[in-house]
Amino acid sequence: MPINYYIFLAISLFCIGIVGVLTRRNAIIIFMCIELMLNAVNLLLVAFSKMHHLNGVAQGNPAAGTDGQLFVFFIMVVAAAEVSVGLAIIVMMYRNIHSVDVNFLNRLKH
Amino acid sequence: MGITQILFWLLSVMALFSALMVVTNKNPVYSVLWLILAFFAISGHFLMLNAQFLFIVNIIVYAGAIMVLFLFVIMLINLNKESEPRKNIWIKFAGALAGGCLLLVLVAALRNSDLKGQVAQVKEGSIGLIKNLGMELFSTYVVPFEISSILFLSAMVGAVVIGKKE
Repeated sequence: MPINYYIFLAISLFCIGIVGVLTRRNAIIIFMCIELMLNAVNLLLVAFSKMHHLNGVAQGNPAAGTDGQLFVFFIMVVAAAEVSVGLAIIVMMYRNIHSVDVNFLNRLKH
Repeated sequence: MGITQILFWLLSVMALFSALMVVTNKNPVYSVLWLILAFFAISGHFLMLNAQFLFIVNIIVYAGAIMVLFLFVIMLINLNKESEPRKNIWIKFAGALAGGCLLLVLVAALRNSDLKGQVAQVKEGSIGLIKNLGMELFSTYVVPFEISSILFLSAMVGAVVIGKKE
């Protein structure tokens, strides 16, 4: 497949995630949109790694493109750790202010 | 139009539609279910690019573990109608406008890039198989791999400490 298609698909998914983060006020849905953006970047990294692999094989380097897929693996590791801590923070926040609306979290402003 | 192209467009439409449903749905539980569908579509893209290891890891970690965690939290904190956030139409409009502008700028910048003739290899290539990635992961990337285990340990301790009742 042409790499352009993957680029535009990943851009569209990323922008949908950004619109979600900017418009929704529910902390859990904001978190889910961040996961969506991470996955869009993962998809683009894998597509670029396969493109790089195809070019590298033509130049006699059969291992070209392995790094991109390992970066995706590490992004998944960091995302899993981030989700566990973030959801703990959201549960804590619900316990204190009985809401997950991020509009109530403006105490730093005053 | 071969089977590869049909699969590509099918998975792309599925991913974009379910991502839109995640953003527009009122009920957080439905959002989680649509997000699981979006992750399955992206996993299908991984499989089509012959990144089999990432396909399995994406399904196990994202669609399996992370989404179950989201569902648990949503059911734990019992979102009823009273805690539904207030609506402000102008903030939604401004957010959609900002996202649309970013989409426009990125598409316009990348429409005529040098990558135009490049092709991503689909259905073949042994680079995404578990053997190649494992050899590379445990030779070149062994130190980041071990550091990520420490990161997981600290995340686990942090989640327990934050979530504990004082």
